Amino acid sequence: MSDKAPFPNAQDAIAIRVRGVEVGFGSRLILRGLDLDVKRGEVLGFVGGSGTGKSVLTRAILGLVNKSAGRIEIFGQDLDALPPRERQAVERRCGVLFQQGALFSGLTVLQNVQVPMREYLNLSQGLMDELARLKIAMVGLRPDAADKFPSELSGGMIKRAALARALALDPDILFLDEPTSGLDPIGAADFDELIATLQKTLGLTVFMVTHDLDSLYSICDRIAALADGRVIAAGTVAEMLANEHPWVRSYFHGKRARRLSPAPQPARS
Amino acid sequence: MTVNPSFATEPSPDGLRLRLSGRWTISAPGLEGQADALLMAAPARRHVIFDLSALAAMDTAGAWLIDRARDAAAKAGAETMLEGATSAYEILLQEARYRDFEKTEPQRGSALVALLTKVGLTAAGVADDLYSGMTFLGQIVSALLRIARNPARLRMTSVVFHLDSFGLRALPIITLINFLVGCIVAQQGIFQLQHFGAATFAVDLIGILVLRELAVLLTSIMVAGRSGSAITAEIGAMKMREEIDALRVMGLDPVEVLVVPRFLALLIALPLLTFVADMAAIFGGLLVGWAYGGISPEIFLGRLQNAIALNTFLVGLIKAPFMAGVIALISAVEGFAVQGSAESLGKRVTASVVKAIFMVIVIDGLFAMFFATIKY
Ligand SMILES: Nc1ncnc2c1ncn2[C@@H]1O[C@H](COP(=O)(O)OP(=O)(O)OP(=O)(O)O)[C@@H](O)[C@H]1O
Ligand SMILES: [Mg+2]
Repeated sequence: MSDKAPFPNAQDAIAIRVRGVEVGFGSRLILRGLDLDVKRGEVLGFVGGSGTGKSVLTRAILGLVNKSAGRIEIFGQDLDALPPRERQAVERRCGVLFQQGALFSGLTVLQNVQVPMREYLNLSQGLMDELARLKIAMVGLRPDAADKFPSELSGGMIKRAALARALALDPDILFLDEPTSGLDPIGAADFDELIATLQKTLGLTVFMVTHDLDSLYSICDRIAALADGRVIAAGTVAEMLANEHPWVRSYFHGKRARRLSPAPQPARS
Repeated sequence: MTVNPSFATEPSPDGLRLRLSGRWTISAPGLEGQADALLMAAPARRHVIFDLSALAAMDTAGAWLIDRARDAAAKAGAETMLEGATSAYEILLQEARYRDFEKTEPQRGSALVALLTKVGLTAAGVADDLYSGMTFLGQIVSALLRIARNPARLRMTSVVFHLDSFGLRALPIITLINFLVGCIVAQQGIFQLQHFGAATFAVDLIGILVLRELAVLLTSIMVAGRSGSAITAEIGAMKMREEIDALRVMGLDPVEVLVVPRFLALLIALPLLTFVADMAAIFGGLLVGWAYGGISPEIFLGRLQNAIALNTFLVGLIKAPFMAGVIALISAVEGFAVQGSAESLGKRVTASVVKAIFMVIVIDGLFAMFFATIKY
């Protein structure tokens, strides 16, 4: 496994540490004192009912929504307390796949993937073209998709193109907001496999919001469940299956879950 | 520890050994230069060994570049081997293996042909605009007829809402600019005419110029910029997010739902704004005449009464609904022409404002010729 770049707390085994975070809109509190740890090099699956605040937490970790209380550290560094330059250095180690893709509509897929490269690196256009096409091929898009504009893509293609952009700088942490929704099962399995491969080979830390039970069983090292603005349970698949919380029970022992995995395989090491 | 990517060349018994070291990652400084050097170093021999045992880190970009060199060596007829690669590196080298992306070169024609094409397209675009404008006018009229037969279909809430944003909210700025223009015309009129001892004729100038031309023109231009751009942006954003398609599949006519209320609101708002503009400009003229030209308000109003008749006032006001119609039409056509990208939205909003202002001035000119012909 490749060793990671130096960080102040390089020995810190926690990639993302969330403590007591509160986020609200108007008078409505969405997250009420949420605690969460994402360990370095793991794939954490984040589940919860629709509208419980999974996307809001993702945005809060990335500093895109303001929190009214609490503390969030990425690689041991509190983004709020960092000067802009160092903050940027942490941010460029994060790749983000937004729930709606958030591709730049005025740029082709190829140009979209090159945006972070162009901003942060000093590479020749030829190499950027090749690397961007490599990323596009890796996420399973056909080569001719590279020159298409986002409005010309299908829903699943948008997801893949957005993943290619998230991977452009070979990030250390990947935030995925429902990456496999809108993908066909074969495509979703390929997607999972790619994430697992990158996690194994690059030591990638993945924070994945998902409703896809297949993804949870096949690639997640740990799962955290969100309800009532807090993490109500976190652990391996086996631990979640044994959890007694009513929501967790109905999630993992519901009709769909039973049909999918009567005997869930143990979590990957 | 951060170590820049590098490699060392060692001759081995039957070829070449390339010992790679440092961090071969995309953000490592000098990665591209080292990779190009590696590409040059590799091909010449029969056996080329890529020794990765001293590598500090590798990501997909590094893997791609290393595999590119290996591929080039293999193509040149060398036998290539990997040594000292951890299983993670091997998987990564496989995942990010080198492949030839066929270049999709943009076609390049002669510059002259491109220029002529552009000119032709622009000319054809004018005809297209005219055609789509007429089609749209037809759609609006037919929607209006449908509403006339069944008035319950009129979306009154929407009309009132837009009346508020196009009319009421535009009131302060329109009053202000017309007041200022009234002041300026009065000042210039008095200043120039007093050479001939005819300063009081400035009142005639203000009355006729403002009522016939300036107030309606300035108001229309302001509304084209303010409300025309808003109409294009609103409809365009809805088009981008497939909201227009959603309306269609629900059996709702987007023209009836979106365009007619805005059209009617502008049709009502613009004449009202023009009236306010008339008053503001004359008031500005009156103040300047009083303070700068020494024309007392009584004299000013007395002269004004002689200088203008009802027709002067009506000539200005009658143009307002036509201006409103043309602004609504152009901004709606442009809104519906928005394609998927944010850039196209920006282009269409710009085009909408430019075309609307241009047409407002053209219409004003046509009316001037018309009224001159009928001597009104
Ligand atoms: N910008 C905002 N302003 C007001 N409320 C918001 C905003 N963004 C999110 N919310 C509210 O916060 C709650 C959580 O939203 P969020 O998008 O995080 O849900 P989610 O857990 O990601 O759901 P899903 O699984 O459907 O994506 C919702 O009730 C939503 O209405
Ligand atoms: Mg969400």
